[in-house]
Amino acid sequence: MTTFPWLSVLVAAPLVGAIVVMLLPKGADKLAKQVGLVLSVLVFALTIVMALRFDAGTAGDFQFGVAYDWIPAFGVKFALGVDGISLVLIALSTSLVPIVLLAGWKDVDGSRGSVRGYIALILTLEAAMVGVFAATDVFLFYVFFEAMLVPVYFLIGRYGGARRSYAAMKFLLYSLFGGLLMLASLIGLYVVSAQITGTGTFDFSTLAGLSIDPTTQRWLFVGFFVAFAIKAPLVPFHTWLPDAAAESTPGTAVLLVGVLDKVGTFGMLRYCLELFPDASRWATPLVIVLAVIGIIYGALVAIGQTDIKRLIAYTSVSHFGFIALGVFVMTSQGQSGSSLYMVNHGFSTAALFLIAGFLISRRGSSLIADFGGVQKVAPILAGTFLVAGLSSLALPGLSSFVSEFLVLVGTFERYTWVGVIATLGIVLAAIYVLLMYQRTMTGPTPDVVREKVFDLSGREVLAIAPLLVVIVALGFYPKPVLDVVNPAVARVMHAVNATDPPPQVAPVAEGTAK
Amino acid sequence: MSTFSGALTHAADVAPAAVAASGLFSLTWLLIGFPLAGAAVLLLWGRRSDKWGHWLGVLASAASFVVAVVLFFGMLGQADDSRTVRQHLFDWIAVGTFNVPFDLRLDQLSITFVLLITGVGTLIHIYSVGYMSHDPERRKFFGYLNLFVASMLLLVLADNFLLLYVGWEGVGLASYLLIGFWFVKQSAAVASKKAFIVNRVGDLGLSLAVMLMFITFGSVTFDGVFAQAGSASESSLTWIGLALLLGACGKSAQFPLQSWLLDAMEGPTPVSALIHAATMVTAGVYLIVRSNAIFNAAPTAQTVVVIVGAITLLMGAIIGCAKDDIKKALAGSTMSQIGYMILAAGLGPVGYAFAIFHLVVHGFFKADMFLGAGSVMHAMNDQVGMRRFGTIRSWMIVTWITFGAGYLAILGIPPFAGFYSKDRIIEAAFSRGIVVGLVTVIGAGITAFYMTRLFVMTFHGKKRWTDDVHPHESPSIMVVPMAILAVLSALGGFLLAYNNAIFEWLAPVTGFEEPHLAISSLGMEGISLVVVIAGAALGWFLYDRRPVAEIAPAGNFLTRAARADLYGDAVNEAVFMRPGQYLTRSLVWVDQRVVDGAVNGVAATIGGLSGRARRMQTGFTRSYALSMLGGAALVVAALVLVRL
Repeated sequence: MTTFPWLSVLVAAPLVGAIVVMLLPKGADKLAKQVGLVLSVLVFALTIVMALRFDAGTAGDFQFGVAYDWIPAFGVKFALGVDGISLVLIALSTSLVPIVLLAGWKDVDGSRGSVRGYIALILTLEAAMVGVFAATDVFLFYVFFEAMLVPVYFLIGRYGGARRSYAAMKFLLYSLFGGLLMLASLIGLYVVSAQITGTGTFDFSTLAGLSIDPTTQRWLFVGFFVAFAIKAPLVPFHTWLPDAAAESTPGTAVLLVGVLDKVGTFGMLRYCLELFPDASRWATPLVIVLAVIGIIYGALVAIGQTDIKRLIAYTSVSHFGFIALGVFVMTSQGQSGSSLYMVNHGFSTAALFLIAGFLISRRGSSLIADFGGVQKVAPILAGTFLVAGLSSLALPGLSSFVSEFLVLVGTFERYTWVGVIATLGIVLAAIYVLLMYQRTMTGPTPDVVREKVFDLSGREVLAIAPLLVVIVALGFYPKPVLDVVNPAVARVMHAVNATDPPPQVAPVAEGTAK
Repeated sequence: MSTFSGALTHAADVAPAAVAASGLFSLTWLLIGFPLAGAAVLLLWGRRSDKWGHWLGVLASAASFVVAVVLFFGMLGQADDSRTVRQHLFDWIAVGTFNVPFDLRLDQLSITFVLLITGVGTLIHIYSVGYMSHDPERRKFFGYLNLFVASMLLLVLADNFLLLYVGWEGVGLASYLLIGFWFVKQSAAVASKKAFIVNRVGDLGLSLAVMLMFITFGSVTFDGVFAQAGSASESSLTWIGLALLLGACGKSAQFPLQSWLLDAMEGPTPVSALIHAATMVTAGVYLIVRSNAIFNAAPTAQTVVVIVGAITLLMGAIIGCAKDDIKKALAGSTMSQIGYMILAAGLGPVGYAFAIFHLVVHGFFKADMFLGAGSVMHAMNDQVGMRRFGTIRSWMIVTWITFGAGYLAILGIPPFAGFYSKDRIIEAAFSRGIVVGLVTVIGAGITAFYMTRLFVMTFHGKKRWTDDVHPHESPSIMVVPMAILAVLSALGGFLLAYNNAIFEWLAPVTGFEEPHLAISSLGMEGISLVVVIAGAALGWFLYDRRPVAEIAPAGNFLTRAARADLYGDAVNEAVFMRPGQYLTRSLVWVDQRVVDGAVNGVAATIGGLSGRARRMQTGFTRSYALSMLGGAALVVAALVLVRL
């Protein structure tokens, strides 16, 4: 491997960028945007270089590891390292930041907060996102987990819509509550590690190797799980999400739903399952029920929404149900599917929120009823929105299909009837996407839409195009992601002591060709 | 591994194993590549391709047809057991034992479909150049047509069920785009959405089938599934079969998922020709015939297939009798004819080859008649009401003749194509049982009645035109494809069935058995011909000899039911739509009032803040900072305690 501290640089660079942006003279808005965009592109380029040097063969191990003593008294280290799953989630995060900045180029002009502040908050958030996925010290993970709240709180509360204060506070309250529970479990975990090994530690691999008493596991599990279930969010902890997403700027909504919420499902897979395998199996029935309720309930509530952004938020509640389901069915298809789902959902939700944002800012309303016939006046906007919507409903050929199908197959293997119920979600998804498309994009064009809505600008197309390209590319060729995710999932499967159920009929060697 | 010896009783117990594509057959991917590239250029290049876009679309489809012909002759040059070719393109999805390659499979069944799709598809493309010449979005239309053809080709060329699924939904997407092509019309937008959603219900079936296959066989590739079909339990196979049937019902508009097809007429007429003849609705028949190894071992599922086919063939025919809209009457006939194919496919090896034969022949005559209907509409200011047509033959002699060939073909008048294909299905049905046989014969009689009604109301009888129409024959770019299809409708059946050519061709994939009948097949043909002529005579008497009312009479109960598509939509609305709307609205309320309220209430109690939240908001940041501080203190305290 290499001695270059890839991950530390990926965390530090956006932070340095944030400071630089804040030091720019007041009113240098354009410069601030340019600095932010260039820097975030560089960070993404660095991520790609790192990903290319990542050894897929040992993707189950943590690579590019660094560890510095932080609070030696308690064994807390600033320790970073990535396996295949965290690698693709970091790539998702750093790729979305430049897209969000470019797409939202004018979103905060003339708003309450300063443009510099907005850019700096986004960059700070980026640092925290990379850190939260890269941490291999559980305490450090917690720090990043909580640190993410701060920029998001200000991004919603300062740059959001009319009910921004309410939404920001609700977001904060929910997250703090979860965070406190996690903190309690974290301390408990430290205590247990001290009891077992003699010296307390927060090192993930060491903790994952401990065999903790099942009852204790359950208590500790609950703290972590509730924090993640709020973050993801799972029903019934989800109601902060529609408010937060609807009141955010489109860019914030993308990072919030596309990346931050993934920390919840990522945490379930990495921390709940590996640290507390017995407790995870104990909780499996409950989680599966919650997940399936989320899939169906989220979709049904989405169908009933009258506001575009809230609708998209509820579709995500349904999608997070799929992701949590895949994690907890304890099959490699389910867990690899969920990992891929996190990436794919990030891209398709980003496309949906951004394009919806373009549409809403033109019309000055996010109510579905205020639109109609947009396809006539803005065909490119409508076309890209349709592709993003089709990705959300998991059309085969687009990326989300692969992950959703893997989750369903993985579920079906172990819990056939749960799989059948979850599969009903694909019909509901078609309804919420196409109903929204029909109401906003087709039919006669009202005069007010004709006057206000115009097609995408070059900048907007430039921001959206990479998302759509990735959505199609990963639909036909998910191999690069699956190749690095699979070994990491194998590690998790091993940790929870699960194996895929064999088929009813023993398979024969296939085909004669090659 | 078996070699077809020429004997006509042959069961494809073990499908021939595929050989890796080499030489000529490595061109297989181009079949999909051309139309896909066409679609990509036309849709991404945008208005810059407006001028020549339609010709590019035609070229892409035609190029695919040329490749298909070349491959077909290449296959003819191969021995029977090396005609199944697999082209491995790349590894698609691999997680654990779930291993799905991106492989194409060229065999006797798929090339038959490929020739039909690209051949008829190309004719429809050419026709559309003329039909859509005044539409400002013609380029986009051709982009969608290319996408449609590419998806359908992927559907029939896929070597595993998951890849088939990609083509399957691709077809759904293309039909969505084309049915809603005139999206400014609310009815078109609603119809396209309905088509997609009803199809998704079918896709649910296909999804479940694929998953069931995986847990049963550990594989979703054709070879992996079919080779093992014998070892699985019958109940597993029955469930797989029923799930596949649900999929087939969606795409092929079979009962109970038939409701989208009649609304799909909102699209431009060439779309109807494409959906009804060359693509889409044939997919369900393909799926069942392709999965013959499953169905052969699942008799219960087969019976359900036969029942669904029988119900749909009668429903479609009855609906066809009552429609005054020429396209909707034809749509009813498609339902009904696909019902014949599904029924035949449910009969097992005795019916598979006949189902495909009828599918091909139907592709000829249905495309012919839809394009003919488009030609009539073109002449009649886009009107579709047959009650305001009449005696058009004198103005549109070519359309009359070409439509006439399709009309005689669907009736099954010898020597027109339908005679050969439909009678084989009737024979096979009788070999299954008298009831099934009678359904097919009665269906043939009703078909003769409503098709005669359609034909004479349009081309014969008295002039009942609205004042502003001035019919004229369509331009040759539209007429030539119609003429080619008319020739195929006339001669195609005889040529394909000559010496049992198509059955022998398909046998290695589908198996083939001659039906055993109590009476001679000549006698059988005689009986069905008598029924057909009786039906036609009644139609001719009622709608040619007697005046046709310009405004539809109220009609009896059955007529009203048939006009309302036998209340399919009404049932869907009452059972699914309205309760569904009620459910979603209540859930939205519950989510806002109950779930949110409860969790907020708990949070408020814990946080010690009540409804004063809004006023407290500025103070709240401070309390956040405070709680962070408190948290940090807690951490340190705890850690210190632990150390002690």
